[in-house]
Order: sequence, then structure tokens, then C-alpha cells
Amino acid sequence: MSVDLNLVGAKGAIAEEAEGKWGMVIDKDICTGCQACVAACAMENNIPFVGEEDAGYGRALHWIRIERFWEGEYPEVKATPFQPMLCQQCGSAPCEPVCPVFAAVHSAAQEINLQVYNRCVGTRYCANNCPYQVRQFNWRDYALEPFHANEVDGQLVYPLHNQFNPDVTVRRRGIMEKCTFCIQRIHQAEDKAKSEGREVEDGEFTTACAQACPANAIKFGRLDNPESLVSQLAHHERGYKHLEELNTLPRITYLKEG
Amino acid sequence: MAVASKYLPGAKKAHEAHHEEHDPRQHLMHDPRPRGEMNQMVMESMMTTSWKFWVVFGILSILVATCFFYAWGYMIKEGLYVAGVMRPAYWGIFLVNTVFWIGISHAGTFISAILRVFKAEFRRPFTRAAELMTTFGLIQAGASIFMHLGRVWLAYWLFPIPNERQIWPNFHSPLMWDLLAITTYVLGSTMYLFLPLIPDLAMARDRSTGWRKTFFKILALGFRGTEGEWLHLRTAMNIFAFAIIPVMFSVHTIVSWDFAMAMRPGWSSTVFGPYFVVGALHSGMGAVAIVLFIMRATMKHMDYFIRAEHFNALGMLMLTVSMAWAYFFFNDYIVQWYGGDKWTDTLLHWHESGPMNWMFFQMLIFNIAVPWLILWNKKWREIPWLLAAVGLLINIGMWYERYIIIPVSLTINRMPFTWQLYFPRIEIFLTIGTFAMFLLFYMIASRLIPLVPVWEVQEGQMAHSLRKVGKTEVPTISEFE
Repeated sequence: MSVDLNLVGAKGAIAEEAEGKWGMVIDKDICTGCQACVAACAMENNIPFVGEEDAGYGRALHWIRIERFWEGEYPEVKATPFQPMLCQQCGSAPCEPVCPVFAAVHSAAQEINLQVYNRCVGTRYCANNCPYQVRQFNWRDYALEPFHANEVDGQLVYPLHNQFNPDVTVRRRGIMEKCTFCIQRIHQAEDKAKSEGREVEDGEFTTACAQACPANAIKFGRLDNPESLVSQLAHHERGYKHLEELNTLPRITYLKEG
Repeated sequence: MAVASKYLPGAKKAHEAHHEEHDPRQHLMHDPRPRGEMNQMVMESMMTTSWKFWVVFGILSILVATCFFYAWGYMIKEGLYVAGVMRPAYWGIFLVNTVFWIGISHAGTFISAILRVFKAEFRRPFTRAAELMTTFGLIQAGASIFMHLGRVWLAYWLFPIPNERQIWPNFHSPLMWDLLAITTYVLGSTMYLFLPLIPDLAMARDRSTGWRKTFFKILALGFRGTEGEWLHLRTAMNIFAFAIIPVMFSVHTIVSWDFAMAMRPGWSSTVFGPYFVVGALHSGMGAVAIVLFIMRATMKHMDYFIRAEHFNALGMLMLTVSMAWAYFFFNDYIVQWYGGDKWTDTLLHWHESGPMNWMFFQMLIFNIAVPWLILWNKKWREIPWLLAAVGLLINIGMWYERYIIIPVSLTINRMPFTWQLYFPRIEIFLTIGTFAMFLLFYMIASRLIPLVPVWEVQEGQMAHSLRKVGKTEVPTISEFE
């Protein structure tokens, strides 16, 4: 797509491409709420643990979270299916126009929303304007918090730093972050395909959450290929988009419990 | 019956009292004093400081040093986790304070520009006191908005400065409009504060010695009071008075757009623009009442300049603005309620019956019930402390209003899984710090520049005169401008 998405009038261009390039389908019927995707996402994307206190106060950093709801009062409780919630990679994203420094931008090549970490100044307007509440703020330098560390000979040693993904930035405090559809994996696949002179194929790679899901409830692939699994499931009769009435054009389709 | 009652002794007294009330010499404009004496009074009010001044000055300085500079420095060093903001209340008291201080700043422009343009004569002695609130309030608003940033040391990225990264700020963002509007307002209102100050600075320069003389000499820009200088000054003031009015209206409208442009239940309301402007005037008028009360109670000779008539006029303005605010509040509220959107409905119920509902009802009492019950009575309007108390309650109510719009409304979003109550932490200290800094600036200004625009009062007194018509004296006004 050759439209400059930061220009006035770009919204229409995005709307035309409502289908998007990369997409995801989440089947709520078979999600067991095991949180494997949450753990895998944290490992893949260098998402730090925030500790008990901050997590209890609504500062847990998760690019994907499992929302659970229930109906009725205890003990007559009817649990509803788990709802994995992550950035919906909106085609017409409310977070993008409100950022004063262009930190929340639309990637023209991948057709997803990206957060440019080192451009963010932390106004947190994007997070307020996100109807899905999936943007996460680094309230402190969590990766350097002493509760991650062991003290060895009077020195703090951070064992978790050894498992950082070298392809992903470690974010510092004061900035916003969110799900990128594992942009590092997309780039890797694109580079490989380019060196072999072809397009990236559906199913060539997948995101960390989809890879880790034991029930295979999360499926990732190309939406612009009508043959692909995700684009077929996206048009399944059980399929719906979250908060569709806001017309944010999400790239993630949920399959409702059936 | 009405005729008969005229002969009752009580009624006669009341009649006399009524007559006395209309003695024109009660009005500042009809109670002139020689110019030299009046200048001397203002100079004395500026130079006289008691030990009480220095005690309050010391306390405020300590508060500014600890609650503003130390607390902010600590927050910059440690990170925003020391504040209470979290998901979903990503905006907390910092933004509440920003909107509150911008609101306070509106009173200055309203009184000094709108009342000047409409030639409301009662404005004369306190235009400067109000206009100073604009400048100092905007400083606090600016500080609060920068406190709120996650990486405040990169705040210059918000300004359209040519840079090697070749990144221009995003002019789609309401925050960008906000920044530009507030910057314009700060510059414009500071210039508008300075222009009417020049003749008074020249007056002070001619009546002071030592470092003060140097200080006034520099600020007065060599003003001597010639015909040509007055002509230019008047032209400039006129241009600014008219130009600053649309700026004032636009600033708070744009601040309201930070909320109204967002996709949030309770925020995306088209009436937010005028609602915020009226809210700003509401808190601003209350703040003017407080400032006038403090000035009159603490500074020498101020009871000559600031009289019952001024509190009366201010009280009427406060009552009018309170009614306008009530109109806009219910306009906003009832239309949203009638809309019946699921999330807006949830939010409105949250306001009325959630854990913060005490704030909601106190807001209504302070902003509507208190002014309506007290300010209808002229006798009560003329009691300075009562008006200041009403002003204080209105300001508390208006602060609550912003608190309800920002962190309380942010609690409710379309993702019930994330709902969580906001509790301020370091914000409390920083709020105290901004209030202390505002008062400290005001105290410093009260000793450095004449708080009463003497030339404006003198001009008014020359324009007003009493003419004898038969046996009575009739107040008349001639026009200079």
C-alpha cells in the first residue's frame, strides 16, 4: 500500500483496506484460560514482571490478558468463556490520531498499529482512547527492579536478563507499549521471503501466543489471502469483532461460544 | 396598606436606610481623592509588610520547596509509579489540576478584557488582581501538564522545532492543539497584563528609591505619560482587549476537546466546549472573590479601593455564572442519559451511586445550591468574607467537577475487566505545591507591582461626576475613550 497514513484523508484509505494484511482468530469456545499465551508473550517480547503490589494496583504489564467473567452471585455462579484480550490492530485506530508526537503510528507495510518506543513521551492519551484498554504503561523501570535480582557478593544479578529476546527492545519507564503482532517475527519472515524472492506465505510463522496455545484457540495468518485459515475463520458464522459498533475495524475476529 | 405603612416608624427607618444606601459617595468612582494621595496609598500598600507576611511567605516557600520541587524531582527520579495513576485511570489529578488552573486563569481575562470592552465601571480597581491570576494560574497549569508526562525531559518533542529526526508534531492530536492554545494564551495574557501596568510602573518609578527604582525603571520602558504615549498605549490595550477574548474562549474549548474528541463514555459530549468555558468562569469568579477578600483584609488602604459595591457586583456575576453552569451541566448530563448508551448509562450510575458519589453531590451543592441560596441577597453579597467563603466552596466544587470528569469517569470503560478505582498518592503533595506556588507568586507580586491599577481608578473618577439637578445630585459618566 502506497498511501501515507499520516496524512489527512488516510482514514478512508485504511477503511478500504478493512480486511488488513495480518490477522488473528480467537476461538472462545476452546480457550481453556490456561494463560500459556500470556507467558509466551512475556518471554517473546521482553515484558517484565511488575511484582505483586503493582499488579494488584492495575499496573500489570500484559500485552495479552485472559479476561474472565461470571454471571450470578456465589455459589450460583455461571462462568462465561474466557476472553483473551490483546491489541486488536485496528484498521482505524483511536490511539493513533491522539498521540502528539507520532509514537502511535500505523505501519504502511504490515498494516498494523505500532508503538515507536523511543519517540513516546508518555502523555498516555492513546491508552485513554483505546476502547479495548490493551495499552500498557511502564510505570517504572521494571526490568531493573531489585525484586528481579539475586544478590551475589553484594552485587545485584538479574538472571531474567539472560532470557531477553535480542530482537525486541527492553522498554524503559515512562513509555507506552502494546502488542505488535510479534513484529520481529513478521520482519524475519519478510526478510527470508525477500531473499528467496517471494511473498510471505500463510502459516510460515506464527505469533508467540498462537504458538503457545495448547488448545489451538489462537490462529494467526494472512487475512488478504482468501485461502488462508484465518481469513476463512474470520467469515465464520460464529465470528464477531469486539466492540464492532465503534467502527475501529479490528483485525482480530472472535469466535463466540457455540 | 402600602400607603399606611409609610407612617410606621420601622418603615420610615428602612426608607431612610434605603436612601442612605444610594449615597453616591459610597462608590469608589464618586469618592475621589487627590492623585498624589492615591498614588501614595498604593505605594504604601506595596511597601508595608508586617511579620505576618514573612511568616506566611516562609511557610509557602517551604511548601513550594518540598511539595513542588522536591516532590516533582523525586517523581522524575523514581518514575511515575509514585503517583496513583494506573490502568484504567491513566490521567489523574495532574490533569485535574491543569484544567482547574486554566479555569482559574479565565477569570482574569474575563474581568480585565470583557468587562473593559463592555465598559463595566466596577471592574476598575481589580482588573490587575484578576489578570495576575491568569498569568500565575497558567504557570501552574503548565507545570501540572508537564508533571503528568511519562518522560518529561523529552517534553520539547511536543514543540514544532525543526530537528534532525525530521519528525513534526502530530497536529491531529488534541494535545497538540492544547499546547498551542495554552502557549498563545500565556503569551497574550502576559502582554495584556503588562500593557496596563506600564503607567503604574512609571508612577512607582517616580516614587521609589534604591533597587526598586532600578526595577521599575527597567519595567516602565521609559514611560513619561505624554499624549503620544497614552495614545499608543490605549491603542495597544484596545487591540489586546478584543484579541484576547476569542483566545480565552478557544483555550478552554480546546482543553475540553482533549476529552470531547476521545472515544470514551462520558467524554465524547458535544456540549463540553461551552460547558468547560462556563465552568472556568465559575471557578475563576470564585477565585477573584477570595483574592479580593485577602487583599482587602491584609493590605493597607485596600478598603478604600475595594468596597462593598465591588463584592456586590462580583456576587451578581457569580450567581449568573452559576446559573449558566447549572444549565450546561444538566444539558450535558440529561442528553447523555437520554441517549441510553449502555456504557454512558453505567457511567452515570457510577457517578450517582459509586464510591465517589459524595463528590458528585457535594459538587452540585457547592456549585449550584450554595451560590443560589446566598448570592440572591444584596446584603449578603456585600459581606466580603461570606463572598470569599462562597468563592472557596465554588472552587472546591469545580475541582470536584474536573475530578469526576477525569479519574472517576476513567474508571468506567468498555472493558469491565479493567475497572479499578483511582487513589492519588504523590499527586496530593504536588497539588499542595502548585497551590502554594500560586499564592507565593501572588504574594511576591503584591510587593513588587501595584495590585490596584491607579491610573484606571483615577481615570474613572475623572469621568464620573455628580451634577446638581434641582435639589438632588445625579451621578454622571463622561467617556474618555
